[in-house]
Parts: sequence; C-alpha cells; structure tokens
Amino acid sequence: MKANDVILQTVTKVVSFIILSFAAYLFFAGHHDPGGGFIGGLVTASALVLLFLAFDIRTISNGIPINYRLLVGIGLAVSTVTAVGSIVLGFPFLSHTFEYVDFPLFGEIELATSVLFELGVVLTVVGGTLTIILSISEDV
Amino acid sequence: MEILVSILVGILFTAGLYLVMARSLLRIVLGTAIIGHGALLLMLTTPGLQQGEPPITGGDAVSFSDPLPQALILTAIVINFATMGFFLVLAYRSYKELGTDDMDKLRGTEDD
Amino acid sequence: MTNIIILLLIIPLITGLVLIFFRNHLRLQRWTSLISLIINGIVAVVVIQHVHIQGTQTLNLGGWEPPFGIVIVADMLAMLLVLATIIVAITCLLYAFKTIGEERERFYFYTFFHFMLVGVMGSFLTGDLFNLFVFFEVMLLSSYVLISLGGGKRQLRESIKYVLVNIVSSMFFLVAIGYLYGITGTLNFAHMSMRIAEAGQDGLITTVAIFLMLVFALKAALLMYFWLPGPYGAPPMAISALFAALLTKVGIYAIFRMFSLVFYHQEGMTHQILAWLGIITMILGAIGAAAHWSLRKILAYNVVVAVGFMIAGFAIFTTTSMAGSVFYIVHDMLVKALLFILGGIMIGLTGTDKLREMSGMIRNHAALGWMFFIAALALAGVPPLSGFMGKLLVLHEAIGEGFYVIAAVGLITSLMVLYSVVKIFINGFWGENQLSVEDEKMSTKGTLLPCAILTVLVIGMGVGAEFVSPYIMQAAEVMSNPSLYIDAVMQITE
Repeated sequence: MKANDVILQTVTKVVSFIILSFAAYLFFAGHHDPGGGFIGGLVTASALVLLFLAFDIRTISNGIPINYRLLVGIGLAVSTVTAVGSIVLGFPFLSHTFEYVDFPLFGEIELATSVLFELGVVLTVVGGTLTIILSISEDV
Repeated sequence: MEILVSILVGILFTAGLYLVMARSLLRIVLGTAIIGHGALLLMLTTPGLQQGEPPITGGDAVSFSDPLPQALILTAIVINFATMGFFLVLAYRSYKELGTDDMDKLRGTEDD
Repeated sequence: MTNIIILLLIIPLITGLVLIFFRNHLRLQRWTSLISLIINGIVAVVVIQHVHIQGTQTLNLGGWEPPFGIVIVADMLAMLLVLATIIVAITCLLYAFKTIGEERERFYFYTFFHFMLVGVMGSFLTGDLFNLFVFFEVMLLSSYVLISLGGGKRQLRESIKYVLVNIVSSMFFLVAIGYLYGITGTLNFAHMSMRIAEAGQDGLITTVAIFLMLVFALKAALLMYFWLPGPYGAPPMAISALFAALLTKVGIYAIFRMFSLVFYHQEGMTHQILAWLGIITMILGAIGAAAHWSLRKILAYNVVVAVGFMIAGFAIFTTTSMAGSVFYIVHDMLVKALLFILGGIMIGLTGTDKLREMSGMIRNHAALGWMFFIAALALAGVPPLSGFMGKLLVLHEAIGEGFYVIAAVGLITSLMVLYSVVKIFINGFWGENQLSVEDEKMSTKGTLLPCAILTVLVIGMGVGAEFVSPYIMQAAEVMSNPSLYIDAVMQITE
C-alpha cells in the first residue's frame, strides 16, 4: 500500500530543518536557560522520525547512513571521556570548567566543557530513541 | 495549590494501577507510564510548590525557589523514558513471539 | 588518592562502551572483559587496604562539597561487597564464555554485563539517596536486557513479569524519595542522618522509613519474593547466577545502609518489623525450597531464605549481629554463584532441571559432585566452611539479646535448606548412572574452573575467618556507629 502523501513530504522537507535548528538552539541554550542535551536530542530525534514517517525507512536510511546503535556508544563514549578527562588533569571526577573567549564577529562567548558532556547526551538520546522506534517499526 | 496537585497525583496513581491490573499487555505498559507521571508530580509537590525568584540570585531576593526537585525529576524522566522504551519493545516482541497480549494466557505452565 | 574510588565504576563503564564497537570480535570481547574485571579487582583490593588503614574514603563528584553535591563513599561494608561482586562477576564471566552462546555474545551480552556491574557497584558506593535510585536503575535496565536477551517464549514471558514488578517498585522508590526530600530537605545520607538526629525521628519520618523499607524489600525479595523464582529460572544459568548473587544483595545493602545510618532512632518499630519480615521470609523460602523438585526452583528459593536470614541478623542490631550479617552476605554472594553455576552444569549435562530425571552423575563427574557437596554444606553453615561464622555470630547474638524466634527459625530453616540441597545431591549424583558420556548435552571442559575458584574461596573464607574478620568487624563498626560515616562524608575533623 502506498499512500499519496505529497503534502506531508513537501512540508517535511521544510519543517525538518526548522525542527533541527530549534534542536540546536535548545542544545546551546541549555547552559543557562531551559533546554539542554536531553531535550535537544529528543527534538533532533523527532525531526528524524518525521522524515522516516514521510518517506519510507529505506530511503532515509540510504540518505542518512547512521547506525543508531553505534551512535549510542559514541555518545556515551564522548560523555565518559569528558568526565574522565578531569581525573587525568587531577581534578575530582566530573569536574567542569569554563572560559570566556573573544571571537571576531560574535564577541565574547562563554565556552564550557559541560557542553561536550551534553553533546554526548544528545548523541545517546538520538541513538537510543531511533533504535527503539526503528526496531518496532522495521518488522511491521 | 498543593492540595489540588495531591488529588491529581492520587488520580494518576489510581488510573495507573487500574491499567496495570488489566489483562492486556499494552494497557499495563501505559499504566506504568501513568504511575511514573504520578510519582514525578508527587516529587515536585512534596517539597512545596514555590513561587519566587530563580535559585541563584544576587542575594537580595526575598524568596527563591529550590532547583533540586526539578533536577531530580529531569533525571527521573530520562530514566522513565528509557524504561518505557524498553518495556514497549519487550511487550511488542513478546506479542510477536507468543502470539497473545493477554496476561492470563502468559501465565505459563510447569513443563516449559 | 580519592579519585581511585571512581575507577571502580569507570573501568566497567568504559569496558562496556568499548565493547559496543567490537560486537563481532568475540575473542577480543572475552579477553577485554576478563582483563578489565581483574584490573578492577586489584583496584578494589588496594582501596580496601586503604580503607582498612585510614578509614572511610570519600570523593566529591565534580568538586561539589557535601551536602550539595553527590558523594561517592567507600566504607568497609561497601568495599567488601564491591570486592565480592567483582569475584562473582569474574567467575560468572568464565562460565559464560563456555555456555552463553555466540548469538548472545554478538548481541551485546558483555556490554550489558559490565553496565550491570556499574549499577551494582555504584549502588554500593554512592552516598546519596537519589544517586542510589539512579544506580539502581542502571542495574535494573541492564538486568532487563540480560534477562530477556535472546529470548525464547518462556524467557520473554518471565521477563515481562520481572520488568513490571521492578518498574512499579522503582516508582514507589521515587515517591519515597519525594517524601523524604520534602521532610528533611536533603538527599545526602550523612546529612539526612544529621537532620533526623537533630529533629528527632517522629511518626511521619518513621512512616516514610517503612515505605522505603517496603520498596527495598520488594527489590531484595524480602517477604515479597513472589516475583523471584520465575524470572531467575528463565535465562541461561550464567545470567541467573549473576542475578542470584548480586541483585537481591543490592536491596539488602540499601536496607542495611538506610536503617543503620539514617533511621536508627525508632528501633522498636522499624527494626522489629524488619525482624519479622526476615523470619517470615526464611520460613516461606525454606518451605518453597524443600517442597520443589525442580533444580532451578530449589536454588531460587534458597536465595529467598538467605535474604530472610541476613535481614533478621541485621534487625537484632548489635555490632556483632551486624558483623554476622555482613559476613553472611559476602559468603552468600560467593556460595550462591557457586551453586547456580554447578546447577547450571548439571542442567547442561542432563538437559533437564527435574531432579527425578537425573541420577548417578558422580561416576563421570566426581569433581562436580564433590564441589556441589561442599557448596551444600557451606550453604547450611557447617563448619569450617564460610557459612558457619556468619550464622554463628547471628544466632549467638539472637539468643543473647532475647530474639529466640530468630534463633529457632534460623536453625530450623538451615536444616530445611540442607535438606533441599542434599536432595539435589542425592538425586543428581547417587544411584544408577543413566547418562553415558556420549549422551551428555554439553562438555564440562572449562566450566569447572570458575567452580573451583569459588569452592576454594568458600573454604578459604571459612578456614581463614580469623584473617577476614578484622575487615568485617570494621564494616560492622561503621554500621553501628553512624558518626564515623557522617564525619568522613561531611569532612568533620576533631
């Protein structure tokens, strides 16, 4: 059965990018404002799920060839490495730090190591969510 | 306000427990999710629902809110999310494998 | 120094992570797992020596001082359990190499094995109630995966029950945390203990304590053990052995910690309830063990009996009885792993877990038979094996303190436990040998090594009780004197 979903597909092509940029905004806003890695990851995952819904799984898998189970591993690894890094530098486990850096064009920006940790969270959440959804939907 | 939320928590727990005791596996999964929401809401309510300034202030604020319950709940939500995902997949797999989602038929016998 | 404690959790975490990327390299996975566990064991021994000499060690995660941050606390009780966990994990891993099957190995068996260890050891080491919940969930999620991995019909059916019971009890755990935070305004064990000691343990706190006790009782299979025999009998024996040795112990540890450190003011109420829960659990578990004729069921009910005994010993609440309980919990981890692995080999050889269908295995498998015999005696607490010291201390204190019911029930259930395991021994090993070597469903090659390690440890812990007891006494000392723990965590110096 092939439904005719031109409208869904056309809208998805535009909307998925809006969702993805909103996810990026949430991710970076999370340091001081509501947002963060988990919610950013979920929104990213929802954009990808919308793509999977509008087109079929095979098309998207060819277009975005990511093994989501490996993505979970990579995300966990990134988070763990940032947490362990503080031990190597002689601070207690999970310590984090920040620095204000002057960028041309953007001005002064705060760079924090906890963003790296959150990046790992994003990857894990995206990987985990899509693994769950794909493993249910793949064999229908 | 706390009393209203407590009643809501009670309703959520009642609904969740009712669903958990149903025979259909999918209802049980949904029931655990609703109990989870009840538990989270209760965690938010027990330290007192606060109004006022953000937790970290210049120091001249009269009342400031406690950030910890929200941090705890965020963590608990993530955990519930993972557990729910797993339970859903497990329920689906066993429905496929066993051919039924009726808990009475999942009782099993001594011999297998 | 302090960062070394966190290595205990990081090593299995990183091992599990790395193994995700090598799912098809089975040999590499096995060796990495084994080596990482051995390194972790060495770290644990180093930390134990350190704790033994210098007292409780703590680590403030992220540099946040307690009570604001999460503390990792390595006191003697936690460290002894961590070391026992690692030993049990090594032996179960060795047994899993031969029996778990390539299919499971390819589907992240080792990854979740290590993640579960992170959860178990994290629960032992954490000094924060909410963090305890998080590590509980890490452990439970991994155990959900392990119990349903490669599921046949029976395994799926049992894992649904297991997952459901644990999810609901975790939700109640959250509720209890919410109440406790609402009352005390803190989650750090030490800080909570100070606040309750200052304000007094009123009826509200005692009610929450009992609620928390029920949550842990459900996880530790204390009285509410109805969920345990089914799921523990479903997965492969390597996983069952791991579960039987570790998972209920985490619940018991949580009861030990909460009711010795935080809720120790209303002994007449809470500890009385614990004692009766322990007694009833012992009786019901022993009846179950004596009544069943299926090997897996008997072993599962034996887990329940041991839980009852440890809690009853703790509930007497003297330093010596707690030392007995700690001794017994370490012994029980080793001997339950040994029994489950031996039972797994027996089931593997005969292809059935019904006692009436096996017999005469001692002719071809003398070593297996004798090791089972030693394990059976150790379980019942026959000297000079490891079960003796723990039972002796607990029973001695029970009579001394006037808890005659605990003493009587402890002795009677010991006999029933002995009957249940000797029943396995007689049916499995005596009589006509019906099974020629060719008919056996698996070979014992390589599987006897983990059993031998555990048997040596069980004998060693009994004979060398003199050597072990200073460590056990130190653990019981901290349990009976909460200020030692509080001072170490809050960094109060005289």
